[in-house]
Amino acid sequence: MPESDALTLPAPFLRWFAEKGWRPRAHQLELLSRAEAGESTLLIAPTGAGKTLAGFLPSLVALTRRGKVPPGSSFIGIHTLYISPLKALAVDIERNLMKPVAEMGLPVRIENRTGDTPQGKRQRQRLNPPDILLTTPEQLALLIANGEADRFFKDLRYVVLDELHSLVTSKRGHLLSLGLARLRRLAPDLQTIGLSATVAEPMDLQRWLVAQSEERENHAGLITVSGGAKPEISILRTDEHVPWAGHSARYAIADVYAAIKDHGTTLLFVNTRSQAEMLFQELWTVNDDNLPIALHHGSLDVAQRRKVEAAMSENRLRAVVATSTLDLGIDWGDVDLVVHVGAPKGASRLAQRIGRANHRMDEPSRAILVPANRFEVMECQAALDANYIGAQDTPPVGRGALDVLAQHVLGAACAKPFDAVDLHREITSAAPYADLSWETFERIVDFVATGGYALRTYERYARIRKTKDGLWRVSNPMVAQQYRLNVGTIVESPMLNVRMAKRNARGSLGRSGMTLGKVEEYFLEMLSPGDTFLFSGKVVRFEGIRENECLVSQAFSFDPKVPTYAGGKFPLSTYLAAQVRKMLADPMRRASLPDQVRDWLALQKDVSMLPREDELLIETFPRGSRHYMVIYAFEGRLTHQTLGMLLTRRLDRAGLKPLGFVATDYSLAIWGLDDLSSAFRARRPSLAQLFDEDMLGDDLEAWLNESFLLKRTFRNCAVIAGLIDQRHPGKEKTGRQITVSADLIYDVLRAHEPDHLLLEATRSDAATGLLDIGRLGSMLKRIKGHITHRRLDHISPLAIPVMLEIGKEVIHGEAHDFLLTEAADELMNEAMGTGHDG
Amino acid sequence: MHRLVHAMSAPPASATFHARTTVNGVAAICDPLGGLYLTESGTLVVSDLHLEKGSAFARRGMMLPPYDTLATLRILEAVIARHNPRTVISLGDNFHDRTGSAAMPETFRQMIAAMARGRDWIWINGNHDPDGARGLPGASMDELRHAGLVFRHEPSRIDAEGEIAGHLHPSATVRRRERSVRRACFATDGKRLLMPAFGVTTGGLDLRHRAMSGLFDRGKLVAHMLGRDRIYSVRYDNLIG
Repeated sequence: MPESDALTLPAPFLRWFAEKGWRPRAHQLELLSRAEAGESTLLIAPTGAGKTLAGFLPSLVALTRRGKVPPGSSFIGIHTLYISPLKALAVDIERNLMKPVAEMGLPVRIENRTGDTPQGKRQRQRLNPPDILLTTPEQLALLIANGEADRFFKDLRYVVLDELHSLVTSKRGHLLSLGLARLRRLAPDLQTIGLSATVAEPMDLQRWLVAQSEERENHAGLITVSGGAKPEISILRTDEHVPWAGHSARYAIADVYAAIKDHGTTLLFVNTRSQAEMLFQELWTVNDDNLPIALHHGSLDVAQRRKVEAAMSENRLRAVVATSTLDLGIDWGDVDLVVHVGAPKGASRLAQRIGRANHRMDEPSRAILVPANRFEVMECQAALDANYIGAQDTPPVGRGALDVLAQHVLGAACAKPFDAVDLHREITSAAPYADLSWETFERIVDFVATGGYALRTYERYARIRKTKDGLWRVSNPMVAQQYRLNVGTIVESPMLNVRMAKRNARGSLGRSGMTLGKVEEYFLEMLSPGDTFLFSGKVVRFEGIRENECLVSQAFSFDPKVPTYAGGKFPLSTYLAAQVRKMLADPMRRASLPDQVRDWLALQKDVSMLPREDELLIETFPRGSRHYMVIYAFEGRLTHQTLGMLLTRRLDRAGLKPLGFVATDYSLAIWGLDDLSSAFRARRPSLAQLFDEDMLGDDLEAWLNESFLLKRTFRNCAVIAGLIDQRHPGKEKTGRQITVSADLIYDVLRAHEPDHLLLEATRSDAATGLLDIGRLGSMLKRIKGHITHRRLDHISPLAIPVMLEIGKEVIHGEAHDFLLTEAADELMNEAMGTGHDG
Repeated sequence: MHRLVHAMSAPPASATFHARTTVNGVAAICDPLGGLYLTESGTLVVSDLHLEKGSAFARRGMMLPPYDTLATLRILEAVIARHNPRTVISLGDNFHDRTGSAAMPETFRQMIAAMARGRDWIWINGNHDPDGARGLPGASMDELRHAGLVFRHEPSRIDAEGEIAGHLHPSATVRRRERSVRRACFATDGKRLLMPAFGVTTGGLDLRHRAMSGLFDRGKLVAHMLGRDRIYSVRYDNLIG
């Protein structure tokens, strides 16, 4: 290291590096010198580059120079705030940071504060703050809503934001950006340090880190550390038959098990909880060597997860099957292989997961991709190409959500009375809210005060009021109490405890068994007592719901009856979708695919065709007594599902009586009794009409009215914005209760005040979130004039995967009244005491 | 919101629009808007209106939309217009809390007064509003015997014969293949009938819930479910296909 650089470090640091035989890395010193020059900085570096130490170095150096604070000195607020997206990460970092700090003997106090921190410790932290506080966005929101926030943060110098790439794209990121804007007011000199994995648009993050002003766009400095050794990634080559459809990758179990045996510690990533459960179970059926293989996903009981994490960090496990709960930068000991089962759905996600192997930059990470079906083979190949060429497809930093803003405004009033003009200026300094108009802000304040209804009947119940001095303040202390209980942007979906129940001597079920974890209530609604499903690595038998618990018993069966326990599914990223389309169109790129996939595509070319990159292929064919239409849009399941809903509406109106549809990440199949081929040939309707962009107008509006997805989105917005409380002082409202009332409130609001702020927030969420309307819009634009229709006599090879999904899919919403008719019709055939009129 | 939408339009001519039933030998029509019409006596029964629920919550700091009272009254107007009853019985929990009836805005009072004109109007007291309706037409009482039936808010554990009650907000879930649909319903075994909740922001309680056990002869129990624009009648044993 050059002498001049070394001079910037205080003696204990130099000694420590020397003792370890290490030297500070260039980017660590670069970040330090920029920080000391007063600059906020974004550090983009791959895993294992010493990001954490780099991020804390400016604080540690400054605190070392300051020295120990003599007892009896006047109150000093915290010096550095560290924010991480995960509680576990904050705790992990404390451990990792304490080690060098202790070894160097630095006079620095480090503590964490999460939802689990006991009340006494929180109290003590307020009176006697540590130098460095490690916490989460929710805790920050609580801290700044406190009346003593001024004092607590007055000496704040640095805010270190870890895993910034994953924070900024969500509502938590919006809430955090507002918290940061508030911190800048409390401590005008503070600087930010953002730590991030590689992202598509670093400039978005650079803007995010600093205050924006009306006059110009400001951005933080940027330090980029290029990746170390190229990862060694391969797609599993197998002699087994790769299935047409499905997500279980059962065919590959023997090969995956062999790979686990060949390596020290393997992390196996899957996309959903059901896949995790399935893979875990399959691995144990072939685990003849009794290797310690564990399971880790978000629905498991916390205690069970902690056990796995502890075993992992002590290198006692040979393999862990995990979902995205392990995506973020927790240190996982010596993982030397990452196996990714199922397609990664995004190039950046893949890169980050692979980064979990070998936390040392100079050694290449090893990873094996295991596609679960033939389309996934193409997707894996596309992701693999992308990883080598360094493509990034992280989602863009969105515009700040209005429900989050409402929560923040109430929080601001809880801290101390605010002046509306000042608060608006402060809020627009946060990048996601930089273009928030005064009018919208006023509507937000009105909403926070009385619900923002045109019918102004709630003035006397207002939660915040403008007083004579022109400041807005909370009406009573209850409001602040309520706010504190409900802070945050993570709305719990109704979840029930799953408990293993034992039968007692009389044969009835006791409740003494152990808790296995939590399961979404909507999943249980599909079950009847006696149904079996996979949970926590076991096949369990559903016994019933008792109060807030789901009772299950041992099933003594290896074949669960209900296969789907779908947790959240990632949609195929736009980038990868485009790559798959390119691959289909390009014979050169197809050549790199395994034989069985190449043969499949060649057959498709003979029987029908392979679409060009910009072309939308639609096939119609009869099968059995039905007619099918398959649309190869490659835009991800959410988009296809929305498209399916809208197209069936249109076909119905054209008199073509569609019966149903099913969507995968790659294509959409719609079926009905009428001959779709000849209808399209006769242009009744033409495909161009059917796929016209105007479907996003009235059809969308009409469908949204009834859509179950939009209701779920509304529920989240209503909870975040504080219209509905998730928790009341003294009593916890169950998720079920929230669901019921939110749906009814949604209906009433839609009928009476369709332009209400919360409905606006809901629609804007839906456009980007669950319904992916934005993506559907750009797709319809892209394919305009590029639709190719093939009329076939038989199913085509490319159609097989989606056709196999038919019958597996659960369709919410539309089919409801149809179901009722069916049940009622069955009744009609019975001789009943009650008749129907007419 | 389909109930509100359909309350505004003419009923479609369909054989399944209403469901006819008898309770203790008294003929009745289950209307998909949530009212029960007794044809012989010209009596319309509604239950659990929960008027002024929004403002009850607003008073406690949750600013629910203030439109629920208006929406519920609109549907009530529609169902009254459809049957033109001689008597209207509102079966309790007419207001969401004790203060509701006294604090209700004048416009809503006038709507109710207009609906009550030329008919008998009975407010049965519920657990949410045990003190009766204040400043409104009609009589308040705990229980009423009328037209061969007994009307009370909470179903009695001992006296099921010919009882029309509310309180429990019955709903039923139909399940076919892996899908399920839940709707509010009239629940009757021919002896007693439980009314669906009429108020637009009222939730439901499934017929399989413990609170429902012992109330019906399940072998004869039928759920007349409130569909989009018709009643779906499903036998209890047939709910789960």
